[in-house]
Amino acid sequence: MHGVRRMKAHLSRRYLFSASHRLHSETMSEEENQATYGKCNNPYGHGHNYVVEVTVSGPVDENTGMVCNLTDLDGFIEREVLSRFDHENLNTLQEFAQEVPTTENLCIQIYEIVHRGFRKAHLERVRLEETMMNSFEYAGGEASH
Amino acid sequence: MVYLTRKAEFSASHYYHNPDFSPEENHRVFGKCNNPNGHGHNYTLEVTVKGEVDPRSGFVVDLKQLKEVMHREVLDAMDHRFLNKEVPEFLNRIPTTENIAIAVWQRLVTKLERAQLHRVRVYETPDLFVDFYGEA
Repeated sequence: MHGVRRMKAHLSRRYLFSASHRLHSETMSEEENQATYGKCNNPYGHGHNYVVEVTVSGPVDENTGMVCNLTDLDGFIEREVLSRFDHENLNTLQEFAQEVPTTENLCIQIYEIVHRGFRKAHLERVRLEETMMNSFEYAGGEASH
Repeated sequence: MVYLTRKAEFSASHYYHNPDFSPEENHRVFGKCNNPNGHGHNYTLEVTVKGEVDPRSGFVVDLKQLKEVMHREVLDAMDHRFLNKEVPEFLNRIPTTENIAIAVWQRLVTKLERAQLHRVRVYETPDLFVDFYGEA
């Protein structure tokens, strides 16, 4: 097949999982937890349908027309992300033994999992929707002050 | 700099096949997308242009002109077509979402009058989309 010159494209894929969490920090008093997290501090927890949007990039392969084979990306995300978090209580997972399972922290954890393990394309960013009304994005990098 | 995005939809069929691959390899790489009779999608196209706001019109781009160019250059060629057989770019290039985004970019990039093309986004389904920024 002919290709065009190898051009760089970004491919994004969205996946759905459902999980529960409670936002509560051991470093805060009961009052402070309540003031900080409001109804998310309910001791019994609550749940969301999360949408995780994974964006990878790379040159479009001339033989396949693809940045990477979706089967590889889907397989990786299913195995390493969805099977780990879907239908779980995030607070009970070892990943959140030391940190509050906010969607910011979950987004960073998913980014790190994909960044460490997925070798078929370059990870650009992870975007995590907690509800239709709010979402978080992480593209790596340390915070700057 | 202001960015403006215009959406459009088109429906088309395609299949994935590389004549340099063996039948087994085609099936392994492309899976059910290799069915030679094709299958279809409702594609959503998002074209983002950028530019400074014209002080007289208040526009980044003449939306009517953008809409006409998108129709003439892209939708008239791709809507309700079998991409592999009817769209010249795909006679010898696989019509993946990646290559569709590149083809749309190439069809539009020289045709816009005032604004500069920033991004072409093509959704194959709501859960799968490709962005192309003209990067080599």
